[in-house]
Amino acid sequence: MSEQTEHLSGGDMLIRALQDAGVEYIFGYPGGAALHIYDAIFRQQRVEHILVRHEQAATHMADGYARATGKPGVVLVTSGPGATNAVTGIATAYMDSIPMVVISGQVANEFIGTDAFQETDMVGVSRPVVKHSYLVKEASEIPRIVAEAFYIASTGRPGPVVIDVPKDTTDPAQLFPYEFPDSVTLRSYAPTTRGHGGQIRKAAQALLEARRPVIYTGGGLVQGNAGSTLTSIADMLGYPVTSTLMGLGAYPGSKPHFLGMLGMHGTYEANMAMHHADLIFAVGARFDDRVTNDPAQFSPDAKIVHIDIDPASISKIVRADIPIVGPVDSVLPELKRIVNAEMARDPSRPDRVALAEWWERIDRWRAEHGLDHDQRHRNGAAGSLLPQQVVQAVYRATGGDAFVSSDVGQHQMFAAQYYHFDQPRRWINSGGLGTMGFGLPAAMGVQFAHPDAVVACITGEGSFMMNMQELSTCMQYALPIKIINLNNKALGMVKQWQDMQYGGRHSHSTYRDALPDFVHLAESFGHVGYRVQDLDELDAVMADVFGDKHKGDLVFVDAHIDPDEHVYPMAIKGGAMKDMILDRAV
Amino acid sequence: MRRLIAVLIENEAGALSRVVGLFAQRNYNIESLSVAPTEDPTLSRLTLCTSGDDSKIEQITKHLNRLIEVVRVVDLTDGEHVEREMMLLKVRAEGVMRAEVKRTCDIFRGQIVDVAENLYTVLLTGTSGKLDNFIRALPKTAIVEVVRSGVSGIGRNEKILGL
Repeated sequence: MSEQTEHLSGGDMLIRALQDAGVEYIFGYPGGAALHIYDAIFRQQRVEHILVRHEQAATHMADGYARATGKPGVVLVTSGPGATNAVTGIATAYMDSIPMVVISGQVANEFIGTDAFQETDMVGVSRPVVKHSYLVKEASEIPRIVAEAFYIASTGRPGPVVIDVPKDTTDPAQLFPYEFPDSVTLRSYAPTTRGHGGQIRKAAQALLEARRPVIYTGGGLVQGNAGSTLTSIADMLGYPVTSTLMGLGAYPGSKPHFLGMLGMHGTYEANMAMHHADLIFAVGARFDDRVTNDPAQFSPDAKIVHIDIDPASISKIVRADIPIVGPVDSVLPELKRIVNAEMARDPSRPDRVALAEWWERIDRWRAEHGLDHDQRHRNGAAGSLLPQQVVQAVYRATGGDAFVSSDVGQHQMFAAQYYHFDQPRRWINSGGLGTMGFGLPAAMGVQFAHPDAVVACITGEGSFMMNMQELSTCMQYALPIKIINLNNKALGMVKQWQDMQYGGRHSHSTYRDALPDFVHLAESFGHVGYRVQDLDELDAVMADVFGDKHKGDLVFVDAHIDPDEHVYPMAIKGGAMKDMILDRAV
Repeated sequence: MRRLIAVLIENEAGALSRVVGLFAQRNYNIESLSVAPTEDPTLSRLTLCTSGDDSKIEQITKHLNRLIEVVRVVDLTDGEHVEREMMLLKVRAEGVMRAEVKRTCDIFRGQIVDVAENLYTVLLTGTSGKLDNFIRALPKTAIVEVVRSGVSGIGRNEKILGL
């Protein structure tokens, strides 16, 4: 140890270690067990702390920041309720493999296990929803633990890591030599860095031999920063691409070869193509139940290639014929090189005639029941907006170039269907856990990461009200987020299921006129509010909202939409991917 | 199908709870679990007895490997292996039963490790099946208390599970 080694308290070491890990923002909320740490934050300038209004929102902000940047989001909460409030956000990040480091205060080591005030076993409570967790025993471990936590959170299949910090280990009176490790090696954790060469060659052959191929991309392609490589492979071959909810934007959504999202509310053409394919080329997707419908009836004729960083995702739901475990940013370039060389060597592959026939079928499906089908027939009557029209207006007003967060429910599906993302990390939503209340705080995290970007939050009044206290945080930090509230005065997706499966009995899914005046609500926090209910004024309002007029303002648009609209297509439960309800039974 | 899985894991507080939690969380079944530190005190070794079809076992081993503190996982039932379990029983040993229990114990190569006025404490090691058979060989009413260690296993021949 050199003579210059600084001696710091545990609290100061923690914050210094965050600086050394490259952290820009901490999203947090103080409390007793975290006060030494908060004092350390006060005495430095390099890391900016954002004071939230609820710990759940802190985790979603860190999550939004991570999704938009690829860097781990950082959360700081106190013990007990602070920690448990954070759990929903940790689980949200876990399900979508988002890198995050959550630091929770804990009662002092000597009080652990005594049911002390604000004590909760955070390592135990969070265990099923973290990639890993630490309980700090000695202050001197803090720099190492922080370095390991960032390494684990951001490598392999990313995920949240919790560091539970007992108050005594941050005692300002106790000093320790500080040294941040240059690198981390763990004998028990070595994420795969390359795919198996032989498997990659097999996958390339399978691609070239396919007659009815579909490339099926997921969130892993976004996380692995390999969207552009995949796009060039798909374009080189001329193959159709579909994406999960989580993968939108990795392959440009406005390209003609993009079939739209697949799955429960996926497009007709994407689901039909999946069912009838002879090759499914899955990249960073996990064959989620919202995609496959009944796995036993999944794509009966298809050979399955599955590329994923996580071996546990492969052959979990659907058996892969050619599994490749590895990071997409190394597997895909290698694959591209092989496909390129093979195409140059033997220009007869892929079979252009078969591919043209395949596209003919796909185009026919698209023409018959493509997404605009519904709207062509139901151009909203005056006084009633369709939610799809609102999303399309947002798309037009932002030139398709905004960061868009969403909450969970019908509005989420409409946003995924009708906002065509051309770039990865632009679509920020809770796909796996389906966390209502995610949208606004996630948008805030995105706005912190990209202060000059246009950030829209497409939400519904049900989801919005789960974290609307953050309007106050937006006021404090002057965040110019544009909130588009698809207000149908109901929990739309619940109501839709009740319409379709419970004889229209709307058990506790409507608010019975007990909603606030959202325009006034926004105004009370110093923000701008709009109400829109006519199609005729929709584009003008959106032009205002996203134009220079409100460049620095948070704008809340309360869009009153047709409360009876359903999301279609919708998978028929227990069927194959081809089995969909396409429109409301008349 | 019954499987025996050996796991090398960092000998750290909370590591075992992650293994047990994984089984509960993913609805996997633990029939028995034995765990203790190895000759290297930084490592613990677990032997887990579970059951399931091939795809379930594949998922179990993959998910065990995903745990950060797990160093190595091997399915011992994939190859030849040796497995043993230890059992301690308190058996009623009164009147004619006193000699009968002793005889049964000898047949199974058990040891009587403690003697009380009306009870024997028997130590028996072997495969789980042998222990089951011993229990069946005694009259139900004779058995007062049973404690089993859970199975421990190790690969045969040159196969070594180490760092």
